[in-house]
Formats: sequence, C-alpha cells, structure tokens
Amino acid sequence: MSAVVVNEVRRGFYLDSVALMQLSAELAAQEAVEDAVAMTGTPSNLQIMREAGLLAPPGEAAGPNDLVVAVRAAGEAQAEEALSRARSALAREVAPEEVGEWRPRTLDGAVDRMGDANLVLVSTPGAHAEREARRALDRGLNVMLFSDNVPLEAERALKERAHALGLLLMGPDCGTAYIAGAPIAFANVVPRGRIGVIAASGTGLQEVAVLLARAGTGISHGIGVGGRDLSDSVGGVSTLDAIDLLASDPGTEHLILVSKPPGPRTARIVFERAAASGKPCTAVVFGADGIEVPPGGPVTVPTIKDAVERAAGCPIAPGYDAAAIARSEVERLGPGRRALHGLFCGGTLATEAHAVLAAAGIGAVSGPASSAPPGANSPHLVIDLGADEYTVGRPHPMIDPALRTAKLREALADRQVAVVLLDVVLGLGAHPDPARPVRDAVRDADGDRPAVVASVCGTADDPQDAERQAAMLAGAGVAVAPSNADAASVAAAILGHRR
Amino acid sequence: MSAADLLLNGPRVVNVGLPRFADDLRGAGVQVVDVAWTPPASADARVLEALDRVTGRETGLTARVEAANAAAVERMLAADPVLVDVRPAAEVVPGLGDRMILHAGPPIAWERMCGPMRGAVAGAIVLEGWAPDLGAAGALAASGEIRFAPNHHHDAVGPMTGLTTLSMPVMVVENRDSGNRAYCTVNEGLGRVMRFGGNDESVLDRLRWLASTLGPLLGETLRAGGGVPLKALVARGLSMGDEMHQRNVACTSLLLRALAPALSRATRDNALLGEVFEFIGGNDQFFLNVAMAMGKAIMDPVRGIDGASIVTAMSRNGTDFGVRLAGTGERWFTAPVEMPRGLYFPGFTAHDANPDIGDSTIVETVGLGGFAMAASPAVAGFVGAAGASAALAATRSMYEITAARNPEWTIPALDFAGVPAGIDARRVVASGLAPTINTGIAHREPGVGQVGAGVVNAPLACFEQALVAFAEGMDES
Repeated sequence: MSAVVVNEVRRGFYLDSVALMQLSAELAAQEAVEDAVAMTGTPSNLQIMREAGLLAPPGEAAGPNDLVVAVRAAGEAQAEEALSRARSALAREVAPEEVGEWRPRTLDGAVDRMGDANLVLVSTPGAHAEREARRALDRGLNVMLFSDNVPLEAERALKERAHALGLLLMGPDCGTAYIAGAPIAFANVVPRGRIGVIAASGTGLQEVAVLLARAGTGISHGIGVGGRDLSDSVGGVSTLDAIDLLASDPGTEHLILVSKPPGPRTARIVFERAAASGKPCTAVVFGADGIEVPPGGPVTVPTIKDAVERAAGCPIAPGYDAAAIARSEVERLGPGRRALHGLFCGGTLATEAHAVLAAAGIGAVSGPASSAPPGANSPHLVIDLGADEYTVGRPHPMIDPALRTAKLREALADRQVAVVLLDVVLGLGAHPDPARPVRDAVRDADGDRPAVVASVCGTADDPQDAERQAAMLAGAGVAVAPSNADAASVAAAILGHRR
Repeated sequence: MSAADLLLNGPRVVNVGLPRFADDLRGAGVQVVDVAWTPPASADARVLEALDRVTGRETGLTARVEAANAAAVERMLAADPVLVDVRPAAEVVPGLGDRMILHAGPPIAWERMCGPMRGAVAGAIVLEGWAPDLGAAGALAASGEIRFAPNHHHDAVGPMTGLTTLSMPVMVVENRDSGNRAYCTVNEGLGRVMRFGGNDESVLDRLRWLASTLGPLLGETLRAGGGVPLKALVARGLSMGDEMHQRNVACTSLLLRALAPALSRATRDNALLGEVFEFIGGNDQFFLNVAMAMGKAIMDPVRGIDGASIVTAMSRNGTDFGVRLAGTGERWFTAPVEMPRGLYFPGFTAHDANPDIGDSTIVETVGLGGFAMAASPAVAGFVGAAGASAALAATRSMYEITAARNPEWTIPALDFAGVPAGIDARRVVASGLAPTINTGIAHREPGVGQVGAGVVNAPLACFEQALVAFAEGMDES
C-alpha cells in the first residue's frame, strides 16, 4: 500500500516557529504517520516540504503568511486523524485570547501599558527582529536580541545606535542573560553574587553562572553580546559598553569575559578597556594562541572552570580526580576502541571541549566547520548539534534532544568509539528532563560499550533539578563530571590510555 | 531608560516573540508585558520602507510627523461641537446645486454603485422632481445628467447610502473652536428608509414630512435656544452605555430632553408636538446623524495639517472604502469594502447583505463607535463580540492604533480611560490592526432596508497606500 500525502492550508495564520516545530514533532510521532510538518508557506519552506515528499496541491498554492500542515501517512484515515490532531492543537493555542485575556499586538501597545519598561526581549524570526529591535531602541529601551539570522550590517548599525543612545543591545543570537539576578531566556536559576560576566554565547554564560553557584558565589549581571561582537567588523561595541556598565556597577567586583577569538584590533581595544575598568578581570578566549594582553589587562585562562575558580577564589569540586576516573573507565573498555565522539547541545561547551582536547594533544578532531576544522583521517568527532546545519526545520537540541539521542545511540553501538562526551544543559527554556533520553540510550546499549562522560550544566534550583539529573545519569553508568572542562579532561585521559 | 538604570533597578520586560520566555520571567518574579506578536501585515517592500521612513529615528522625519500629529490631536480635542440649526440643504450645504446628489463614501460613478445606492438615487431623483417615476429616475441617473459627489467634499456626511439633495433638511453642527460647520441629514427612523436604499412612496412621504414639518420646527427650536453643546452630551451618553454608532438610545433621550421645553414653546400644535416626540423618541438611532455631523465638524479642521499621519475620514460607498489623512489633504485612498460580520434579523442571512456602506465611520474616526465598544457591552453582543470582556479588548486594541486618549470622553469600565482618539495610519500599518467599525447591514437589493448589524474592519490596503503617499509627500517638503 502506498503512502498518502495530505496538506491543509490555513490562510493568514501565524504561530511562532518553536510552537510549529513542537506541533510537527507531535504529529510525526503518531503511529502510521511517516512524516509530518507544520510550517509557514515561504518558498524555502515549500521547497523543504517538496523535497521531503510532503507537498500536495493545496500546499503548493500556499503563501508566506499561510500555515501549511502536511502529513504523509499509511492511509487516508491516519492522515485525517493527524490533521484533526493538528486542528485541535492549533485551536488550543488561541485559547487565552478567547477567555478575554488581552495582550498588546505591538511594542508600542506594550510600552503604553508598561510605561516603566526598560528591556525588550526580541525572539521573532530574524527577518523581523531587526525592525523590532530598532523600534525598541527608538523608544529608549534596552534590547536583548535572542533572534539569530540578523545580518552583520544590521547588527553593527543597531549596536552603534544603542551605544549612541546610552542603551545596551545584547545579542543577536543571545540565548541567555542575567540582569540584577533575574534569569532571562535560556538561563539557570542561580544565586546573585558579585561577579559580572560578559559572554559571546548562551551556554558559555550558563556554564559560568552554574559553576559560580557551585563555587558558592554568584553572578551580578550576565551580559550576552552575540558571537560576532568581538569581530573587527562589529568592533566589540556591546562588549565595550558592557565592560563600562560593569565597571561602574557597585554590585560587581570581578569581571569574567568568555569569547571565541576576537579580531586583533578589537582584542586590543577590549583588553585595554577591561584594564581601565579598575576591577580584576579574567578572560577565557577559546582557540586563541599567544594572544597579547596589555599590562593590567585581563588574566587569560584556558577554561570556564579556571576562570570561575580564579574569580571565586576557591576551587570547584576540589577532590575531583579526572585521571582516576579515566583509569577506572578504561578498565571496562573493550579492545580496538580509540575514537571520541563529543555530542554537544551547547556551542560554547563544544568549543571548550575541543580546546581541552587540543591542549591534551588530541588535535585532529573532525567535525563541522562550526566546531572545529576538519581533521584529516581523525577518528575523533566533536559536534555542536545546535549549529545551524543541524537546526534547519527542527528545534534547538536544548529544547528537543531527539537528534542528539539518535547520534548518541549510533556512537554507543560503534565498536571504534572509546568515549562519548556529552553536555546536559538545564535551566529555564530547556527540555524538562534532558538526562532521561541519555540514560535510556546508555541503558539500552550493549555491555561492551564506550565510556560515557557527561557534565550537567544546571543547579538544584533549576526546574529539572541538576542533582536529580546527575543521579539519573550516574545510575546508568555515565561518568558525571563537575564541569564541562572536567568532562573533557576525563575523555582526553581515556584517549591517552588508548594510544 | 539607560543601560545603567537597567542594571540598577532590574529588568521590566516587554517580550516580543516566544511566549514561554514571558512565562519564565513571570515565574522568576519579573514584570512582563507579553506582546501577541505577528509579522507585519504587509509584505510589500514599498509599504515597509515608507513605514521605516516615518517611524524610525534616523531620518528626522519621525519627529516632524509626531509634532504634526500632536498638533492634529490637540485640534481634535479642542473642538467644541454644538448642534445649532436644522436647515434645508439647499440653503446651507456649500456647492450643492440642482441635479446634484451627494452620496456616502469616496467618489463613485453610477455604473459602479451598489444596489441600495442606486435605489436611493432613484428615490432622491423622484423626491426632487427631476423625474416622474423611479424608472425614469434610473434612466436619468445613468444618462450622465446627474452630478454625483461625496458628502465629504461638501462639509457633509450621511449614514448608509447617505444621500443629500437640495430639499432635505440637514442638521448643522458648528465647531466653535475652529468656526467651521458640518452637515448631516435627519435620521429617517427604522424600516423602509432611503439610507438603506428604500425609495417607495412611504419613504418619500417621510422625507417630505421631514422637510416640511420636523426640519423647520427643529431649526426654529435650536436657533431660539442657542444650540445644544454636544461634547458633554456625548460624554454622558458614553457613561450610559452608548457608543454613538450602533447604540444611540441614551444620547437620543438626552437630546430630546434638552430640546423638549423649547420645542413645546415653539409650537402651539399639541398634535404636531406629539408626532415629533413620537418620531424622535421612537427612533433609538436619531442621535446617530447628530454624532456624525459632530464627527465631521471635529475632523475637518484637522485635514491639511502638514506632516500629520492622523486619519481625518473613513468612509464607504458600498463599493469602495476610502481613507483620508491629515497630511495628504483632499486625497482618498481606496480599497474594496469588506463584508460586515454580525447578527441578522429573522429571515435574513449573510447572503442578503450588502457590502459595507456609509459615512457613519466618521464616528470611529473621532474615537467612538467600534473604538468605544467597551462603553457599550449591550452592543458587544449585538455586533458579534463575545461579551463585555471582548468589548474591553476591542477598545484596548484600538489604543494601539491611536495617538491619544480623549480625556473628556471616558469609559467607566476601563477605569475612566479616555476613548482612543486620533487614528495614526503608521500604527495601523505597523500593527496590522485595522480599525474596528460597528455598523448596520443593508440588504443588497434596493428598497428592502436594514437586515442586521455587525462589525467590519477597514481594509488595511487603504492605510498602506495612504502611508506610502504620505511618506513620499514628506520627501518633497
């Protein structure tokens, strides 16, 4: 029996893409449904559906403001059932408005209502994010630009405008911020403290916040500046503003900077500004060898853990012995296993793991360009599953780890793999129980399986409860390290025994 | 709010995008307003570019537009409309001549007129004696011998088909702030009436009675009493559940109460007086035409304020919906009218409905009607809104497209917030929120009359075109 493809088009129906992707997943998960998707009818989305064998004539005629629900199922009845499920799910979304709860439709309408608003969190699709951010700045409001796909030119223009107005623009692609103790977007529930953080990316900032909590201290403010801020084409506008803000903030005693390699011109300006802040500053700059720091400038350290320990003035998990853990893992490993598979949800965590491995002489790590240069013939792999090439048409793995779980199961079955390195990222916005699919995959694996080393980026106060998550992993035989850097060190040590 | 203030006082967040972030922030004890965001309604690059030019801070135009809009709103709010007279249109409506018919909406030729409009035109021709019967009247209208023009071009407005011809008495509202006057015919009552395309003898007889009897008596009464100030009367009507478009029962009663003593002194004919009281008191919508003339008197002085993106008129002729902005002066921006959504009288359905028609949207233009829905929960049910909470939501959403609130016209259920005043075309286009209009629904066949009532949205396309032209005009100056 051949499959049936049905499309339903809702004219002028808008729903944010995360909600659509959740709906897609819900539909596709039904029995007898081969594939399903709910997307707006943009030309590129229609092409995706066409290639996926999901497009039928009603969908072909859809426009960019229409919603297309497409289902491929074993038979008519199953397809219709999936559509009806989609209909009720879409109806559910509009319920709050039906009961009379009023929400403004525009930024202007919202500001009319909250006259003392001071921050606009923008998470619209990238094409519209620039307009909303500009409008927010025009209204004299600081901006956290969560959206990605904002063109470089627009980023620079927005940041220069914010700077001229004395406003802060965080992002774009800023997943996390902490302002005066408040966690914003993808953020862990952590205590407030006296250490200010400026980070290029969300998970970098999360790891700092979590480790500060683990060190018994806390974060004053965490400012995300976006991955391109320190490039010479943007010139570090937001980073410089953030340094000035934290320098004059009475609640901040120490600065931590986390970034990828800055542009050389920008690096000098930023380090000089940090030196002028009058506050001690620690910098983690991944992948930058021999970067020059001016006198009085930040002290550079190789990992987030090192930065936190320096800023907090005390060690994190002082008794932790990565070498000993590695030795006990190696004892269980079967022969012939030499490869490392690092499967990350957090981009900065993947970058940090890569840096730790490189420092241990495990340089030739292959993977997509976003995490490392392709290594010739290297058996090792460190991939960031949150990178663009993995997130087209699906949620970020921090929200839905299905793709990571699939890759984990492949790695666990791979006789070449000696160690699988993972992150489990908790906090607001993240998957409600991300350790569970990891535990299930490990439990389902053969007795002869690779070592699995993971860190949990979270706190006991997070909705997922880091202690419960760690216990679940440990119960399945996963080696749970107290930080991402420690997890990478354990993995490196395991490989060291295998050479 | 500077960045330093943000760190010092903590975030107070407007969330634009994923609703879950707002929920999480609330859970963390942060104050949040969550925007029900949708992409801009228009994908037309010209429209978006125009919007950017007159809303962004970079161009320098925005400050000019906002100053002009503030001046426009100030003039609106300063208006002092007073019902001063009722006179035959021939005596007072400027430029109204023989064989000339003023109609609702933007300009339209006979060929494109909808059924009710044609029916009304034929009736008006017979009324004026330009043709002996309806058949001949139709032929005359089609011949090109009759000049058609919008009421709006002659300081006038009219409900539904909105016809104004020489013999019809018109109510005169004077704006004592700006000194201008505006005109609207006398409301004919319910049933078969010319404003819904009615044209039989009963319709014409009533119009003759208005011209011969009611009009002169009302005129004499008003002149003797020095007129009825309308601003305060409307304010009381709002607190009594009127929104001045779909519901005028309170204001009609207040007006009749104000006029009754002087009417009684103006005639010794008790039978006539009884007839007049019966006519006005028996027509809940009598005040609608007064409110319309008032709206026109308020908005006309705003037309032509250079650089203002405030809407000065919204109007429909049953075929096209037209919009005018202060900064684009006399020009109309039109798009096809939409079908009202609403409730139908027994025996009628949406199939019987004529598309949206009438100048009565001048009432929404000044912040009443659909904009003041929250004042009128009774209307909310009648026009399809779910109830009182939906009525509140309707008014609240109109605040998003207006430049101000009118402090003199307040709504009890919104803690006495002023009605949304001064529709800003920029905000309409940016939000994709079309003005909400409360309206009666005419039968599509001439002469049948009203078949229901409901709500209708002004087509966004009018505002998009208007904004593009407005932004271009700003270039030149």
